[in-house]
Amino acid sequence: MARVRVQPEDFDVGRELEALTRHRTDVGGLASFVGLVRDSNDGYAVKGMTLEHYPGMTERALEDICVQASARWDLIDMVVIHRVGPLVPGDRIVMVGVASGHRGDAFAACEFIMDYLKTRAPFWKKESTPSGERWVEARASDEVAERRWGDAADGPV
Amino acid sequence: MVTLLYFAGLRESLGCSREQVALGPVPTSTVASLVESLRARDDRWNAAFSPGKQWRVAVNQQMADPATPLKPGDEVAFFPPVTGG
Repeated sequence: MARVRVQPEDFDVGRELEALTRHRTDVGGLASFVGLVRDSNDGYAVKGMTLEHYPGMTERALEDICVQASARWDLIDMVVIHRVGPLVPGDRIVMVGVASGHRGDAFAACEFIMDYLKTRAPFWKKESTPSGERWVEARASDEVAERRWGDAADGPV
Repeated sequence: MVTLLYFAGLRESLGCSREQVALGPVPTSTVASLVESLRARDDRWNAAFSPGKQWRVAVNQQMADPATPLKPGDEVAFFPPVTGG
């Protein structure tokens, strides 16, 4: 059901969302999130960044997150796309689209997928700043955001 | 033998992205015992995996932890906490 892609190329958000509802009449809610490269981080100017990942595990981790979302909410279809390689401020990095019968499930699943992606999918950002390159450090706030969903073993919330 | 992979800042600080190593006695080999043998290599490896350092591990592309058992043929990946999205 879920479509997961990891790619250097940009994506067309409109086309991806349209694909979630094409030839269907049972979708009542379509929620989406798009993450972009910001031009600053922790007070530093960011000129660009390079995204590294773990080929193979990345796709498996994203698919696993979608499976967990499907177990928690009543979902019709999902798409998760994450870019890798060099990016500059303003570029799209990630998108999540979730189609469901009702908005509540679509909103919740979309946020859940992003929160889990942030802490469980093997991507790493290296920023280019005026003072040189640096690996982005994980944020404690991302761990907090993941924990509010409870552990996967707890089942649907 | 097991295949070891290193990613991101850990790959850079160790100067190694991939290697194959012999595994210790199979019934007792774990991520923890593997890390112990890596730390014994030299100061750089010891520092990279010291208790104060944040690192994560995946075994056969699934998130794992120090207690995860290892067997010949496993793919073990070490990396910093993830920062995608």
